[in-house]
Amino acid sequence: MTTSAILQAKLWYYQRISAMVLALCVAIHLLIIYYAIQDGLSAHEILGRTRGNLVFAVFYEIFVIACFVHAPIGLANILRENIQNQFLIRFLPLLLAAFILVLGTAAVFGVVWGAA
Amino acid sequence: MNPSILKVKVWRGATDGSFVEYEVPRAANQTVLDVVTYIQRKIDPTLSYRFACRVGMCGSCAMTVNGKARWTCRTHVAKIADQNTLEIAPLDNLPIIKDLATDMREFFDKMSKAVGYFKGDKTRHDDFSRVKPDSEERQLANAGIECIGCGVCYASCEVVSARDSYLGPAALNRAWTLVNDERDTQQLDRLRAVAGDAGCHSCHTQGTCSERCPKQIEPTAGIAGLKKLVGRAAVMGSKWGKL
Repeated sequence: MTTSAILQAKLWYYQRISAMVLALCVAIHLLIIYYAIQDGLSAHEILGRTRGNLVFAVFYEIFVIACFVHAPIGLANILRENIQNQFLIRFLPLLLAAFILVLGTAAVFGVVWGAA
Repeated sequence: MNPSILKVKVWRGATDGSFVEYEVPRAANQTVLDVVTYIQRKIDPTLSYRFACRVGMCGSCAMTVNGKARWTCRTHVAKIADQNTLEIAPLDNLPIIKDLATDMREFFDKMSKAVGYFKGDKTRHDDFSRVKPDSEERQLANAGIECIGCGVCYASCEVVSARDSYLGPAALNRAWTLVNDERDTQQLDRLRAVAGDAGCHSCHTQGTCSERCPKQIEPTAGIAGLKKLVGRAAVMGSKWGKL
């Protein structure tokens, strides 16, 4: 009981820290969008900026990792308060975590190192 | 409608009971507790309710009045009677014994589970501790120390309704005042007791406890303090040691 309570406290802490990272990332992301659409929006123009851009890759991978930590913990909390099925309470957050990490990282790789 | 007569619906029976309507004459400066007392003394002596001091110190007369938990001895009828009617029920989130009296054992047991009691390491032969009145810890403890244990916050808490094991605002507020008591020697036990889903980390920060506390305490603020302190202690340790 105590062990799981301490784990819950740790998860709360990780979620709080990842929320701080996300707040910063979302703000920067919105500024990037604002900047990116100044001269219209085309795949060619976006990829022209992102391809081979390591700063872009690092920033968005941090964004992905913060989501990967933050969202599944929140989902687990919501599920624990609303459903009884212990399997789903454990499985759905893990699935979400895997989706965010794999798809998010794939997207970062795609726009930075992907083929045209 | 006769403005000098108050129509009062009062919960009668246990959980499977129902509301019964009584007519009570209005009086100047009448409190909700006066109304309940009138019904018991003049209309139906079998009505069960709980009170002691009548001046807002003992915390025993809390009831649900017009849908909200309140201390009835300090609640004036004139301020809350809607269309000259009152609806008085026992506190939510606690088992009903009979009529307006609830079984408050769980509420007080949870204070104990949250290690909501003081234990020091001094004896009568030691000099007394000097706690600086303006220190941050003393100020934080002061903010929550006037709790009278009425159960209004506990009855108003949405998380208590949803989760039986949740310690509740009063117990966590008590733990917070003691966490800020530099003389206490059980800090790690207390942090462990209030960690996780049965403790502070379940709080949704909706603030109903703070809104309804008759002593204007803000349990939500204390719980937020506990969340941060316990979360940090679980990951990085605390000044009292590792969790």
